[in-house]
Amino acid sequence: MMRFFNVARGVAWRSIHNTLVNPAILVPSIIFPLFFLIAFAGGLSRIADIPNFHYRPGYTAFQFVFVFLQSAAFGGVFTGFAIARDFDSGFARRLLLSAPRRSGIIAGYTVGALLRWALTGTVVTVAALIAGMNVYGSGIDLVALIALGVIVNLVSALWACGVAMFLRTEQAGALIQMPVFVLLFLAPVYVPLPLLTGWIHSIANINPATAVLEAGRGLLAGSPVKVGLAFLGLAGGAFVLAAFARRGLASAERAG
Amino acid sequence: MAVEAATLPSGGGAVSHGTGLVEQTLAVARRAVVRTARQRGLLVFPMLFPLILFAINGSALSPATRIPHFPTRHYRDFLIAMTFVQGAMFVSITAGVDLARDIESGFLNRLALTPLRTQALLIGQLGGALVLGCVQAVAYLLVGLATGVTLVSGVGGAFVLLGLSILIAFAFASLGGFLALRFGTGEAVQGIFPLLFVTLFLSSSSLPRNLIKTTWFRDVATYNPMSYLIESLRSLVIKGWDFQALALGFGFSLVLLVITLGLSEAAMRTRLARR
Repeated sequence: MMRFFNVARGVAWRSIHNTLVNPAILVPSIIFPLFFLIAFAGGLSRIADIPNFHYRPGYTAFQFVFVFLQSAAFGGVFTGFAIARDFDSGFARRLLLSAPRRSGIIAGYTVGALLRWALTGTVVTVAALIAGMNVYGSGIDLVALIALGVIVNLVSALWACGVAMFLRTEQAGALIQMPVFVLLFLAPVYVPLPLLTGWIHSIANINPATAVLEAGRGLLAGSPVKVGLAFLGLAGGAFVLAAFARRGLASAERAG
Repeated sequence: MAVEAATLPSGGGAVSHGTGLVEQTLAVARRAVVRTARQRGLLVFPMLFPLILFAINGSALSPATRIPHFPTRHYRDFLIAMTFVQGAMFVSITAGVDLARDIESGFLNRLALTPLRTQALLIGQLGGALVLGCVQAVAYLLVGLATGVTLVSGVGGAFVLLGLSILIAFAFASLGGFLALRFGTGEAVQGIFPLLFVTLFLSSSSLPRNLIKTTWFRDVATYNPMSYLIESLRSLVIKGWDFQALALGFGFSLVLLVITLGLSEAAMRTRLARR
């Protein structure tokens, strides 16, 4: 077990170190969520005026939850890019040779993703508060909201890790990113679910990201909804994608 | 090689100095087009991404049409213009990355040894991106029409829409070319892309300027030339023939084209040490 933790710690440290010392990696992961927050909360705030739009904390808070969870998901995605880059550069193969417990590699990358998101999530939250976001949730609600973000980050990192380890090339970037992007944007991003119409309403209804988003918004507003469903769905996703990432690692091991 | 053929006389031997600018440009452009066409895998994402956003946002933001004084009843009609401009931005990356690859591989330096003119080299290099811009514009228009977008300006407006969007794509391609010449690496060109994206979202891309509630955002959108590029294309779809919007759109894209081509030419001369 000690060897597992040693590998995980080493990979996580390298992951966060590379992020912090390389502006080309760090800046986009912070800028993108901020820019989404500005564009959505600032540019689209008039949408809160449409009939039957009821979200007590206001449109900035409504969009903050999406951007917060999106930044968590993209923290995982960006880690997938780093894994793919490690395979392209040959580092990952050396890592596979030297690690005494290889499953620690997955754990290390996911912890790296979490640390990376801790930074981004903090910046986004501070920006939203500076922009005047209202927070009506209690301390427990806010802890639950952060926990949602942590598990979203984990699920996304496991997905990205699996794809990157199966394909082992930076060209996997689009495949890592697109499903996450599409899944998130097929949830009720701009207006609550009841205000959506047509095909997007049907898809958002069955999209697991919808429950997570609604739970997050409910927690921030101090009136939790679908929280159990969101955590249950995320736990299931983490379980399945952990197996997927483990198979990706096995595939990379076989490839040598 | 086509480029060499254009710079060498038909009988081989000494390098021709009589080959015209047009022939030289076409030779370089032919190579750029072939290279772009061969990278199908890399072309699909930039082509599809704006369409995916169009499909998703076209539905997800349709409740916005219920805001009082929204200029159209169908949000897709409003949004389609953004798809063209977004596609043009991807063209800028394709153009920049392709040119940067030529710089990194030393191909541009080898061309510098030929009597190829700087202008021919520059415009020819952007040829692939220009063709991509044309294909994208036609594809976006067809997808728009297929999904129920109607152009108030009619068939004539469709041709103007295509012409303007190709001009915008060319202006962005030359911006990508300039970035490649200035920085010399594809990574640097791609690194600039988020900034371009920011300018797109800080514009009237999602709501008309007069309906943007946040004052600072509305001010930024007003001073952002991107708003006028989008609004000119949009005017053909939802208003008809709004000559002021069209003049602003054509004007800003021509200004962008002239500035970026000028800067690119200077950067090319510097890079090829022809000063």
